[in-house]
Amino acid sequence: MNDNIIQVKGLKKHYFGGEVKALDGVDIDIKRGEVVVIIGPSGSGKSTLLRSLNLLELPTSGQILFNDCDITDRKVNINIHRQKMGMVFQHFNLFNNMNIIKNMTIAPVQLLHKSKSEANEKAMALLKKVGLDDRAGAYPSQLSGGQKQRVAIVRALCMEPEVMLFDEPTSALDPEMVGEVLDVMKSLAREGMTMVVVTHEMGFAKEVADRVVFMDEGRIIETGTPEKIFSSPQSPRLKDFLSKVLL
Amino acid sequence: MDALTEMILDLKDTFILCFIDGDRWKWLVEGFVNSIVITVFAIVIGLIFGVVLAAVRSSYDKNEEALKLRGGIGYWALKIANALSKIYITVIRGIPVVVQLMIWYFVILVSQKNDVIVAIVGFGFNSAAYVAEIFRGGIMSIDNGQFEAGRSLGFNYIQTMRNIVIPQAVKSTLPTLLNEVIALLKETSVAGYVGIMDLTKAGDLIRGRTFEAFMPLIAVAIIYLITVVVLTHVFTTIERRLRRSER
Repeated sequence: MNDNIIQVKGLKKHYFGGEVKALDGVDIDIKRGEVVVIIGPSGSGKSTLLRSLNLLELPTSGQILFNDCDITDRKVNINIHRQKMGMVFQHFNLFNNMNIIKNMTIAPVQLLHKSKSEANEKAMALLKKVGLDDRAGAYPSQLSGGQKQRVAIVRALCMEPEVMLFDEPTSALDPEMVGEVLDVMKSLAREGMTMVVVTHEMGFAKEVADRVVFMDEGRIIETGTPEKIFSSPQSPRLKDFLSKVLL
Repeated sequence: MDALTEMILDLKDTFILCFIDGDRWKWLVEGFVNSIVITVFAIVIGLIFGVVLAAVRSSYDKNEEALKLRGGIGYWALKIANALSKIYITVIRGIPVVVQLMIWYFVILVSQKNDVIVAIVGFGFNSAAYVAEIFRGGIMSIDNGQFEAGRSLGFNYIQTMRNIVIPQAVKSTLPTLLNEVIALLKETSVAGYVGIMDLTKAGDLIRGRTFEAFMPLIAVAIIYLITVVVLTHVFTTIERRLRRSER
């Protein structure tokens, strides 16, 4: 089997008939077990790229191969592939009409046909790991932002995904809650999970990333190890960007 | 003192004339039952057909981009269904309900001998247009993040709507839906226009027979008012129950 879990080829996303180019020809491969962090100024297309990986955004052209299967092919049933791609959103998006345990078990029960008790057991084990097992019966409105995001991460993990996509997971959090969410992500990375993370947390990128990707104006400008990107940036745009963000 | 006694005796005589003589109170009962039957069955038709219309309209709004890119028969089928739904809603909302009722009664369902059934059909298909817009508004008011989170776990469109979006939408539409039920109950008072014996018509018949306007009309007014108060109470209770399950 191919070493790359995701391969993106010539991905373009245009709006208004090409007037706005959110993605303007992106090629990137994600290796199994790799942690890739995408950075860049706002409007650079990093979120669009991430959301394209599970087709929440539909590309205008280009290919996305997931486990060697071209998911942009319209004959492919994307729902099957999405089960293996967990996603964490900026605004958590926990289901407001369900309590925490139901949030976590509804997909495994309905889609993976797990028994309720099996799904519950798995969910409780994951909740325990992120220190929220005492909140299993609570509703999302009763949790803090950091707690919601930790639940959102373990909700995605309940589907036993092969890759996790993080779309600015700490951007909507109060500063004192950023740490608890990053800690969960760090331990996930240590366990060998394949992760693609869009973030403004440069510290996280430096510490956890195997590879950092810098995007601007819908293209990948520079890519490399954290040391290379942060210590010896090549392109003037990356130098400019790094000079503006506090490290 | 004498004047007061006289007035009370006078009212008593009028009361006996209006409601006791010739068992005329039975007219009010029959009219009330007809009004309720028409309202209940019309709202059932309105809910069923309204849900279908709302499903078409909101599916089109939510999937337009994806279907357009994929093309094919599905896109065109939904596009045409959406256009037809829009026309239906425009026509129904643009014509007074009493005119619609007369068209059903004198043109479309001439052969139907049961007046109440004609009224149920007329009011039902009228109500569907309003219910459709209420539901569509409810669905569109749910944050798209809820929908995206469902899809990202691997739920297909229908599963996402059924499990996540619609339960939340129903909750938020309840107050508006109550409004529609109340409006419908009161709108059925025009059924007398085509000779259907509803509550209003019953009161009017008593007025015609006894030449007493005050008592029968006040009686009719009070019955409507009490019914609406009871309906409001029922809906408020349901709403409170649903809210409680969330907190």
